[in-house]
Amino acid sequence: MATLHTRSAARLMIAPSVLLLLAWMIVPLSMTIYFSLLRYNLLMPGMEEFAGLSNYTYFLTDPAFFQAIFNTLAIVLGVLFITVAGGIALALLLDQPMFGQGIVRILVIAPFLIMPTVAALVWKNMFMNPVNGLFAWLAKLVGLQPFDFLANAPLFSIILIVAWQWLPFATLILLTALQSLDEEQKEAAQMDGAGAWSRFIYLVLPHLSRAITVVILIQTIFLLSVFAEILVTTNGGPGTQSTNLTFLVYAQALLQFDVGGASAGGIIAVILANIVAIFLMRMIGKTLEA
Amino acid sequence: MSLRTFLLGTCSAVVMAGMAQAETLTIATVNNGDMIRMQKLADDFTSKNPDIDLEWVTLEENVLRQRVTTDIATKGGQYDVMTIGTYEVPIWAKQDWLLPLDNLGADYDVDDLLPAIRSGLTVDGKLYAAPFYGESSMVMYRKDLFEKAGLTMPDAPTWEFIADAARKITDKSNEIYGICLRGKAGWGENMAFLTATANSFGARWFDENWQPQFDQPEWKNALDFYVKLMNDAGPPGASSNGFNENLSLFQTGKCGMWIDATVAASFVTNPDESTVADKVGFALAPDTGLGKRGNWLWAWSLAIPAGSQKADAAQKFIAWATGKDYLKLVAEKEGWANVPPGTRKSLYENPEYQKAAPFAAMTLESINSADPKNPTVKPVPYVGVQFVAIPEFQGIGTAVGQQFSAALAGQVSVDQALANAQQLTTREMTRAGYIK
Amino acid sequence: MARNVSTRRKLLTTAAAWTIGILIFFPILWTFLTSFKTEAQAIASPPAFLFFDWTVQNYFEVQSRSDYFKHFMNSVVISFGSTLLGLMIAVPSAWAMAFAPTKRTKDVLMWMLSTKMMPPVGVLVPLYLMFRNTGLLDTRVGLVLVLMLINLPIIIWMLYTYFKEIPGEILEAARMDGASLAKEIIYVLTPMAIPGIASTFLLNIILAWNEAFWTLNLSAARAAPLTAFIASYSSPEGLFYAKLSAASTMAIAPILILGWFSQKQLVRGLTFGAVK
Repeated sequence: MATLHTRSAARLMIAPSVLLLLAWMIVPLSMTIYFSLLRYNLLMPGMEEFAGLSNYTYFLTDPAFFQAIFNTLAIVLGVLFITVAGGIALALLLDQPMFGQGIVRILVIAPFLIMPTVAALVWKNMFMNPVNGLFAWLAKLVGLQPFDFLANAPLFSIILIVAWQWLPFATLILLTALQSLDEEQKEAAQMDGAGAWSRFIYLVLPHLSRAITVVILIQTIFLLSVFAEILVTTNGGPGTQSTNLTFLVYAQALLQFDVGGASAGGIIAVILANIVAIFLMRMIGKTLEA
Repeated sequence: MSLRTFLLGTCSAVVMAGMAQAETLTIATVNNGDMIRMQKLADDFTSKNPDIDLEWVTLEENVLRQRVTTDIATKGGQYDVMTIGTYEVPIWAKQDWLLPLDNLGADYDVDDLLPAIRSGLTVDGKLYAAPFYGESSMVMYRKDLFEKAGLTMPDAPTWEFIADAARKITDKSNEIYGICLRGKAGWGENMAFLTATANSFGARWFDENWQPQFDQPEWKNALDFYVKLMNDAGPPGASSNGFNENLSLFQTGKCGMWIDATVAASFVTNPDESTVADKVGFALAPDTGLGKRGNWLWAWSLAIPAGSQKADAAQKFIAWATGKDYLKLVAEKEGWANVPPGTRKSLYENPEYQKAAPFAAMTLESINSADPKNPTVKPVPYVGVQFVAIPEFQGIGTAVGQQFSAALAGQVSVDQALANAQQLTTREMTRAGYIK
Repeated sequence: MARNVSTRRKLLTTAAAWTIGILIFFPILWTFLTSFKTEAQAIASPPAFLFFDWTVQNYFEVQSRSDYFKHFMNSVVISFGSTLLGLMIAVPSAWAMAFAPTKRTKDVLMWMLSTKMMPPVGVLVPLYLMFRNTGLLDTRVGLVLVLMLINLPIIIWMLYTYFKEIPGEILEAARMDGASLAKEIIYVLTPMAIPGIASTFLLNIILAWNEAFWTLNLSAARAAPLTAFIASYSSPEGLFYAKLSAASTMAIAPILILGWFSQKQLVRGLTFGAVK
């Protein structure tokens, strides 16, 4: 039978990627689990010994741990909110007839193409710096004291930078979805005398729901591990105000060179990320199934 | 084929192989000005050593530190010459990760190295890294602003005088701030300054039993003094100012005083970069009369990882880059004011250098007065003036730096910051097994 | 009358869209402008927007210090290599998942995506040791492998959602005609799948080009791409805005130009099954 033939062929075709990802997951993961049970500091070789779960208790009792979880979620939710709301608004705007739409689209897409490190460096030095930055100059222009973004609103500043990078992505997906909305449907709604607002609520938004879930899913995967932007701008501070989980693991791994502690932190981060993932999948599953 | 032709053939084959096999040294270094200059002048080395090729990996300080530390600890073997500081040398040498530099050549003249610097790079009597440039910290101040305020800077000021002068000079409506100090969190940023300053207030990181000392009055005095002074006389956003930010503030004429690395002296007196080049004076880092000044000691140095296959070539390169002739080469090409400072006695005895570098005498005195082996008023179990030379310090120092930076930004009180610092340091030191 | 209103409206929309577009683009424009200033001008207050002495000195300086072309070629090889390799592995898998789905297909997909949730720093040391032992440190091959693996889930998922939108009836019709599996793929599916593959390709080039953790930590001199090139211009001692801007412009220009020229293809397939 053709189907049987197809089935085994299909299995064969899926096999390489499954095996590769399995290896990619299992090898580092099992090494990480192994290291997480050791007292192992890279800077003090020869002192490795079995440490039980002490690395885990150490990481979980870190005074910054709960703040890091909070910050991780704040970054994800903050950026999602800005990019989805801004993306819808921008997509609606770009969907209107206008002159030079192509060029505007090129301008809007650009931040997505920039390296995160470069984006963070540019924002930090040339915009948010309270002495030499453009924002400081603007503040002084209108007679205000320059605001020190990275010291006084570190988490907000990071959310802003990351949202700037992801806004184009959300806009593009939402715009594509919007453009697939039937012209006839829109006209029919207009004929019925539906106002712009009710048209948006009852027609456009439901149509976009699928695209919005996709934006949320993809972005969450990347936003859970925001790192370069924090490292470049605030280094997790002041205090631990902008430390997220990834950054906390980084501090263990590349400042302390504590491989045991960092491995335990990595495992904890994976577990937490997967909890978030399960929630997401539930949500996505419902929307995408339909 | 006769034996002779065979031998000749083999010989020439060997010679050919030797010629063709140019060794490639991979050099990891920091992206600071003096190192960039070394990279530009490296043709001088390769023309003298045609059998050695150089590959450069130039990275920002923090990235470089991560890269070389990971590599040396895992014996990755990516680099033949590494640029490291006085913090790493004693720790790495103890692990036998570095090759002792005992083959730098007859005319290298190790005894010419400044004793304070040399001692920081020596472990068990062996030199493990050669200093490329060395620095201490000192006061840089604006002579014109001091004159206007009717003040005279002594050669060896006290903190009391500095604080008083800073408040007098401050004129916020004209964007003149009395004093610029580091506030950006990091063990090599604000903690370098604050640890050295705390030393002059009689504070120390640990007592003889490795107990953290942030709950002692000396730290409270030092941090309180710093936060109050910066609130009254510092620039806005001081909690994110590191070396660079303060440099540009000073160069654009916004600071009355700046206490920072001695290498900054050549930047602030360079008329191409600085608007105040001809108005800068220098003084020793301040004290409180307890016998220690708030100046640190640091040397960016070149070292060879143990197990390197190219040790001979690497030593040749290090001898070139840190030797006397290199100083002459830079002087020839870029002028005496631009030679890498703070490594050799002979440089400070050179009248041409003294003439070109008005900061030479003060730099030398600052370097000589720092003592990494005996950094504090009270006894300590560690080495290092502005750091504690134990592997855990990078992490602890940065976390404590974050707390102090938050205190400067006004987000936590001084007491709270110190209590947090005490708690987190105790936690880390207990985990690392120092506190039983 | 009606026409008049719509022209006015069009003008208004145009003005609003252009303003927002320029605001969003401004940081990049500003970087570009700053790269032509001297270091002193770069921090000057008030800042100069267009009227300053334009100089290309920074670009010469950057080029004389680091071999741009070497880093550029490494970036090209690593991003194209990892993407092409990823596609070779992902296209058959995604095809099979889309057209011969089983009960477990969704779970497999979700599991694949979840492998992306591991924070890279947590596994740096294990991976560094593996790379050292296999001689992959500082090689393009090693970086191609790593980037292929971290982007593979996204590639598969994107292709899967795209393939799923190809109507099944067409396949059935082809099967009825007795087309073999190979023919089915070549003649029926490929033409319909091309836009999806093209946009997957572009998105992954962008992701791989900009990946800065593994490329920086697993390379030294020979395989270092443009992310390492940037790291040698950020935060040295002394003024650096202008040189950093020049280096940044050089690092982002290729991908920016590629993205702009191919934005139609990128957008066409960038739906992740979101459009129906």
